[in-house]
Amino acid sequence: MIKTDILIIGAGPTGLFTVFEAGLLKLKCHLIDALPQPGGQCSEIYPKKPIYDIPAYPEILAGDLTEKLLEQGKQFEPGFTLGERAETIEKLEDGSFIVTTNKGTKHHAPVVAIAGGLGSFEPRKPLIHNIANFEDKGVEYMIKDPEVYRNKRVVIAGGGDSALDWSIFLSDVASEVTLIHRRNEFRGALDSVEKVQELKNKGKINLITPAEVVGILGDDHVAGVVVTKADHIPTEFEIECDHFIPLFGLSPKLGPIADWGLEIEKNAIKVDNSLDYQTNIPGIFAIGDVNTYPGKLKLILCGFHEATLMCQAAYQIINPGKRYVLKYTTVSGIDGFDGTRKEAPKAVVKSID
Amino acid sequence: MSQDINITIIDREGVSHEVEAPTDMAMNLMEVVRSYELAPEGTIGVCGGMAMCASCQCYVLSEHELPEMQDEEEAMLAEAFYVKDSSRLGCQIQMTQELEGLKVELAPES
Repeated sequence: MIKTDILIIGAGPTGLFTVFEAGLLKLKCHLIDALPQPGGQCSEIYPKKPIYDIPAYPEILAGDLTEKLLEQGKQFEPGFTLGERAETIEKLEDGSFIVTTNKGTKHHAPVVAIAGGLGSFEPRKPLIHNIANFEDKGVEYMIKDPEVYRNKRVVIAGGGDSALDWSIFLSDVASEVTLIHRRNEFRGALDSVEKVQELKNKGKINLITPAEVVGILGDDHVAGVVVTKADHIPTEFEIECDHFIPLFGLSPKLGPIADWGLEIEKNAIKVDNSLDYQTNIPGIFAIGDVNTYPGKLKLILCGFHEATLMCQAAYQIINPGKRYVLKYTTVSGIDGFDGTRKEAPKAVVKSID
Repeated sequence: MSQDINITIIDREGVSHEVEAPTDMAMNLMEVVRSYELAPEGTIGVCGGMAMCASCQCYVLSEHELPEMQDEEEAMLAEAFYVKDSSRLGCQIQMTQELEGLKVELAPES
């Protein structure tokens, strides 16, 4: 069981800055993120894009901002659970929380700060009326273990890199691979497109374009798919298969957090912005792009401000009755949890003989 | 010269709205839709305008010459749903004087 003072869900800019602000108050943080590295969208989606509205940085690349935030919080020794998604939360009698990830890692903290940004990126599901009935029964939105498909008949749908790459890979594993795409053109790396063409010519991949999967056949497991092909005269036909893998990219969703009993409005978590960004559940805060309140602006700098105020409230929960006086780092310096100390050099006063 | 252009946006309920869009505020079509609240908050511009989510997909109904599609937009539309030949992502269409009279319809939410 991982224990900490503030458990932060989301390791984007707001979550990372929380580490620093909490550290000033002698509070330790641990961060959970579904992505394999810290930085959230900044490192995953647009690390090379410049950001122009970070105070004191006329221009900074999103990836560099992540690096600087990590450096700023380093002396407060945050813990990270990366590549895992916060799945469930349990409130204990003493008011503290246990958050468990999809991989079963348990975290215990008196305060939870949700800094989940747009949420977790989940597979975009095609609009097939009965697809939900076959999830994990032959329909998989992502490939975890390619061996599952050994000597099986697989239908892949999609037109991006994932669909191309997996079609190529599974052509050596599955007994039959069919790739279906709505358009004739694929939007993937050129060498992947050429490789699929080559495998199609060799008869190792069955390519059907422009076409769409519109139905799934089977009782308690996928037995086939219904396909419409958009020719001059549209045709509809069935393909027998054991697995259907739709690969239509990812879409940001609030994810399991939406089922935690929090008040949700406009796909975001409602908070009390007049005070401390606490949610309707005492001890759980929401900061950054994931929250909503009157006048909310989804800006990184607003996330920093929200994190700062949230930490003050967290301090009161963790240290009830204890007085705290706001300090300026210029005056008090910073004492890291790693034993380091940063402070302005002291002026030396010497008399002249 | 006026900095605003007149455009027509048909919302997801099929209601047509004639709105004025500023061309001097670096706004794109998705932002215009949001500013006039023509789609519920949280259902449009989810990714903030980075061509990552297709929540601002629209069908272009007029004959305007639009800026050419960049790779990100094309890739997103290749994976989105309810896509037609006239589909574009609103976040990738900047409001300019040339778009006076533009008419678009918002694609269904998906």
